Amino acid sequence: MSIEPIPVPTPSRHLCDLPKSTRGRIVAIDDGAGGLAAKLREIGFAENDEVEVLAFGPIGGRPLCVRLNETMIALRPEEARLISVEVL
Amino acid sequence: MTGEATVATREHSATGSARTSDATRPFTIALVGAPNCGKSTLFNGLTGGRAKVANYPGATVEMRYGDAALPSGRKARLVDLPGVYGLTPRSRDERVTVDLLTGAAGSAGPRPDLILALIDASTLRTHLHSILQIRRLGAPMILVLNMMDLANRDGLEIDLDVLASRLGLPVVAGWATRRAGREGVLKALDAALDQPPAPPPADDLDLKALQQEGRAIARAATIREPTANLLTRRIDAVVLHPVIGPAFLATLLFFVFQAVFSWSAAPMEALENGFAAIGGVVRATLPESWVRDLIVDGVVAGVGSVVVFLPQILILFAFILALEASGYMARAAFLMDELMSRVGLNGRAFIPLLSSFACAIPGIMSARVIDSERDRITTIMIAPLMTCSARLPVYAVLIAAFIPPTLVGPFNLQGLVLFGLYGVGVVSGVTVAFVLKRTVAKGAAQPLIMELPTYKPPDLRDFLIGLWTRASAFLKRAGTIILGTSIVLWFLAAYPSGATNLRDTFAGRLGAVLEPVFAPIGFNLEIAIALIPGMAAREVAVGALGTIYAVQNPEENAGRLAETLQGAWSLPTALAFLAWFVFAPQCFATLATIRRETNSWAWTGFAFAYLMGLAYLMSGVTYWTARAIIG
Repeated sequence: MSIEPIPVPTPSRHLCDLPKSTRGRIVAIDDGAGGLAAKLREIGFAENDEVEVLAFGPIGGRPLCVRLNETMIALRPEEARLISVEVL
Repeated sequence: MTGEATVATREHSATGSARTSDATRPFTIALVGAPNCGKSTLFNGLTGGRAKVANYPGATVEMRYGDAALPSGRKARLVDLPGVYGLTPRSRDERVTVDLLTGAAGSAGPRPDLILALIDASTLRTHLHSILQIRRLGAPMILVLNMMDLANRDGLEIDLDVLASRLGLPVVAGWATRRAGREGVLKALDAALDQPPAPPPADDLDLKALQQEGRAIARAATIREPTANLLTRRIDAVVLHPVIGPAFLATLLFFVFQAVFSWSAAPMEALENGFAAIGGVVRATLPESWVRDLIVDGVVAGVGSVVVFLPQILILFAFILALEASGYMARAAFLMDELMSRVGLNGRAFIPLLSSFACAIPGIMSARVIDSERDRITTIMIAPLMTCSARLPVYAVLIAAFIPPTLVGPFNLQGLVLFGLYGVGVVSGVTVAFVLKRTVAKGAAQPLIMELPTYKPPDLRDFLIGLWTRASAFLKRAGTIILGTSIVLWFLAAYPSGATNLRDTFAGRLGAVLEPVFAPIGFNLEIAIALIPGMAAREVAVGALGTIYAVQNPEENAGRLAETLQGAWSLPTALAFLAWFVFAPQCFATLATIRRETNSWAWTGFAFAYLMGLAYLMSGVTYWTARAIIG
């Protein structure tokens, strides 16, 4: 017998996939990543916050410069991958 | 945790009110808040202190105490602390703050009677959860919305009463840079010390829940949202651009070294003439005696040959201070992160390294902000390779003597050579880090999560204080260690009386012991002698050379060391001497700081040995290569 596929919600992107100058809203932070997720939360990343990639670093597009609400944060794609966003 | 916190509060308020009647013991008030929210600026404003202030996260890496008088006449002891985003310390500087707040610091500092929490008003929503976290520690606390002047200018309006009632804390607006902006803070401190504090919330929210709570409170208290800081966005569109950004950074550093040379020419000339005149006046007025020779050839020639570099040092520091205050340092770290990470270091290490251009000691200390211990050690190991300001006199005197000030295109050749010497230091540092990270300091790549501050024009008062602190430290060294060395060295180089040759003097006999060691790399007897006192600090070697040559040629004008060296040294020797100072760890204070910061004689010994080894090797290579080319 066949199993009906579970409907998948619209796939949300990760912060590292957000194109430059596109605003996004944080939908989830991967708390399974332990200390790193806690560090992201402490510096201010939280669900429902607005983010926007302002710049990419000169070598290989690393790191990213992200506007988080009214602050600016530099982080690498490895860290940004823990943050799921939806495009606004 | 919650139950304990409540108990702690009751104890705290009980002891707190008991202390109110005790006029002899000052209240301890700790300044706590996110990095770069203005704690040190407020601390300086309230205490008249001169803690380092700068516009990048992590400028403060240690506790600092200062006394402030409250409007009621009571004395308060303020504690400035490194910034924290939460109560989970990851680096050394954060641990200082968290330990003090939680009482884990023990003898290093008692728990504060009152927490003076600061938040940059414009980041209220994003950072308020950390205030909620600190609030749950249970200590009496007030909250200052700092930089309210800037936030108001951007259109932000906050209802302080709503914020205070929702937080259960006294809340005041302030701007730490002006007296008027600090008065409300002082009054609030007085009031808070008189009132029993409200108990902290008896909940046990995790970080995520605290964030949502913080955002809900901020939303309720915000009357009007600010408009975006367009100035910072516009500047960043240029300086963070993948092509223009790095080009701008390189141009900026290059411009600094050009300016160090070209802007200092006139004041240096004036200082040189001044010292020559002092030497001439002393020689003309005092009767011929050993005292006269000591003053002219020892003191004036020795101290003068170093002090003439004050303009260059001030220009360099002015640029570094302006960069630190502007907010650009964190951008430089952003641009350099990938390059640094390929070496095995974190982009954040770039800030300590750039600070080391001024002096390696604060540079080594500011490595405390680096989370990974291995990365911190690696950064400390290479910090002495960054060209500190004490090398400027050494480089400048040799460049002035041996490199003509011709123009290469629009650039001064002397400035180009100086830029090259800085470049060699940086490249060597990067290479050493690369080797260390693959051998003794192996470790996984560390994450980068760093806040970039908004740009601010440098505060003139802070700028002048910073400059004065540096200038007076330099002059103090000239007046103590260099003066002392010059006097001792003059005696050693002038006696026994009747010695016609430097080799026959006490200094010459001392230097002759080291001479065979240095002869293979092209160093002469004078250099061997100068390097001995030069172990204390690099610029002492210049003062020592000034004294040695003045004793040998008393007819020469004191304070004009470059002209003397021009005739006394070959070009290969001069180049080898420059190469030596790129690497040699000729600074006791730096070695002592490495010992303290690594808490390890092994790492200190390693730093000394590898730097000495490189210095000897590279001087030799330079000397023999130059000889082969020049012939």
